[in-house]
Amino acid sequence: MARAVTTQHKTIATVAAWVVALLIFFPILYTIITSFKSEQEAIQGFALIPSGTTESYSEVQAQSGYFKFFLNSVILSVGSTVLALIVAVPAAWSMAFSPTKRTKDILMWMLSTKMMPAVAVLFPIYLIFRDTGLLDSRIGLTVMLMLINLPIVVWMLYTYFREIPGEILEAARMDGASLWNEIIYVLTPMAVPGIASTMLLNIILAWNEAFWTIRLTTTEAAPLTAFISSFSSPQGLFWAKLSAASTLAIAPILIMGWFSQKQLVRGLTFGAVK
Amino acid sequence: MKLRTLTLGLLSASALAFAAHAESITIATVNNGDMVRMQKLTDDFTKANPDIQLNWVTLEENVLRERVTTDIATKGGQYDVLTIGTYEVPIWAKQSWLLPLEKLGDDYDVKDIIPAIAGGLSVDGKLYAAPFYGESSFVMYRKDLMEKAGLKMPDAPTWDFIKEAADKMTDRANGVNGICLRGKAGWGENMAFLTAMSNSFGARWFDENWKPQFEQPEWKNTLQFYVDLMKADGPEGASSNGFNENLALFQQGKCGMWIDATVAASFVSDPKASQVADKVGYALAPDKGLGKRGNWLWAWSLAIPAGTKKADAAEKFVSWATSKHYLDLVASKEGWANVPPGTRTSLYNNPEYQKAAPFAKMTLDSINAADPTHPTVKPVPYVGVQFVAIPEFQGLGTTVGQLFSAALAGQSSVDDALKQAQDAATAAMTEGGYLK
Repeated sequence: MARAVTTQHKTIATVAAWVVALLIFFPILYTIITSFKSEQEAIQGFALIPSGTTESYSEVQAQSGYFKFFLNSVILSVGSTVLALIVAVPAAWSMAFSPTKRTKDILMWMLSTKMMPAVAVLFPIYLIFRDTGLLDSRIGLTVMLMLINLPIVVWMLYTYFREIPGEILEAARMDGASLWNEIIYVLTPMAVPGIASTMLLNIILAWNEAFWTIRLTTTEAAPLTAFISSFSSPQGLFWAKLSAASTLAIAPILIMGWFSQKQLVRGLTFGAVK
Repeated sequence: MKLRTLTLGLLSASALAFAAHAESITIATVNNGDMVRMQKLTDDFTKANPDIQLNWVTLEENVLRERVTTDIATKGGQYDVLTIGTYEVPIWAKQSWLLPLEKLGDDYDVKDIIPAIAGGLSVDGKLYAAPFYGESSFVMYRKDLMEKAGLKMPDAPTWDFIKEAADKMTDRANGVNGICLRGKAGWGENMAFLTAMSNSFGARWFDENWKPQFEQPEWKNTLQFYVDLMKADGPEGASSNGFNENLALFQQGKCGMWIDATVAASFVSDPKASQVADKVGYALAPDKGLGKRGNWLWAWSLAIPAGTKKADAAEKFVSWATSKHYLDLVASKEGWANVPPGTRTSLYNNPEYQKAAPFAKMTLDSINAADPTHPTVKPVPYVGVQFVAIPEFQGLGTTVGQLFSAALAGQSSVDDALKQAQDAATAAMTEGGYLK
């Protein structure tokens, strides 16, 4: 018998959810508020009501071309995500539907690469990029971002694929479907929510990646992370300008996240809630 | 035939592409007011040098340092011009990471560069970086509050006078702190101030044999004086204040005195940003009567990494950006007050500059009062006023900065902080092979 949920419990849960959500969102909200303050106001202390000046935005706009950085961010995040899916869908398929004794170990090994601090491989990677002429190139960075996020993509897809009954694929095979047809016409349509949420999450991760995108680029391939970093000043007030730059940098991904939140939540909880 | 045409076409296209990009140089810099202004004025350079294209990479100071170090150490060749400070130049020049600047042009007038600044940027008599702007540190004080306290600031005050003035100026009820000083941990933050201050107290980081000196009475006097002064007359939460935080406090009228970079003078005297713009006086950094003042010396400078393939174009740019002509250009477009200070003697002889920048004389005197090759009262084996020009200093300076910041915050005693600093420095020096 289902447990009755009282109104009181519901209210408490709702309030708790709001409090947690606000706590998580607050730093972003405060960044946006700060971006509408003057530099003096920004450093003066905590205040939730800004004077509403947009001088920081005009200064940020005048100082560097936002659009070039934005375009690089789009190319890198979308490019690396598409590339990651091309590699990860077959990988996850094979691990989910024809697992071997070592499948779990391979999955764990892939995840373990995420546990190493990135800076540990900075020099080897930098040298490889230098020798292959990939420093400050979009192609090099797209591959790099793809490799960084690949373990997570494979893991997510693997979890989604495991929820799909193997019998359906067997039935398709009985009907004479080739491996390719099986993946394209049977598996993919069933896994669309999973693939979509993996894609969205991966775009967000790639968009926000700041270690490699700052260290492997100079001018041509620099995305919005480099744009934000350029507004920190050793001598001179910069909090409002930095906040304005950050707001401009996160706005596209924030808007994308807002419109796709249902898809994102459905994908992330896929399999957990039956 | 078709193949030949195609090959020829491809070859000429790539040759054209190469020609178009041959002289595009990449400049790594920080986001300082003077640097941003230079980016706006580069039309003057590209008009005179139409074959050279400029690409800018602006980064946060520490990220810039890390990026540039990685690139130079691996000879990545991503940058053609670097913005670096007085700390890096001698170390990097000795590693052969930088090219000496020998073709700055006939009308460049190297001798016009302020000798103290040029000395800090030279190794074995060769200039390895050209100063873009230079600074020392000095006392900025509120003339009105000083008068109210019944005191007169001498041109060259002592630390005892500073303490007396700070005590008298502190008016907590009205939100006025007698003195604002750096407390935020970092080799370029609180340790820049404290190392320079310790020089005037007769202290030194290391003796002639690289033995750390934090257990000597001079360091104890320095740190105890600083902590006591800040506890009695400093702002709340001083241990997290750096240059920018103190600048904001001073501009809002919350500091009686502030000892920091001479560059700050143009910010605190700017009526658009500062509420106390017309009430600021300047004096040399204090001393203890031992012959050394507590002021530092720093220059953001332009250097050319050894890995560049466009050294000639890069040197042309460095020459332009640090020339007398550039100073005139800024003056004509933005006024004399906005000219990058602290690099050329001729600027300080210019009556128009003296009129526009009331802090000009005191800035020059402060720069001249710093001697990077003899920074301390007792002899030392290192170069550098507010830093020790060895590669280990960045890490060690920040560790010691954290210990001293904790002492200021009251999390540890002065004695404990000094003992831990001594241990950390001994470990770093042993590991670095300085101590046997």
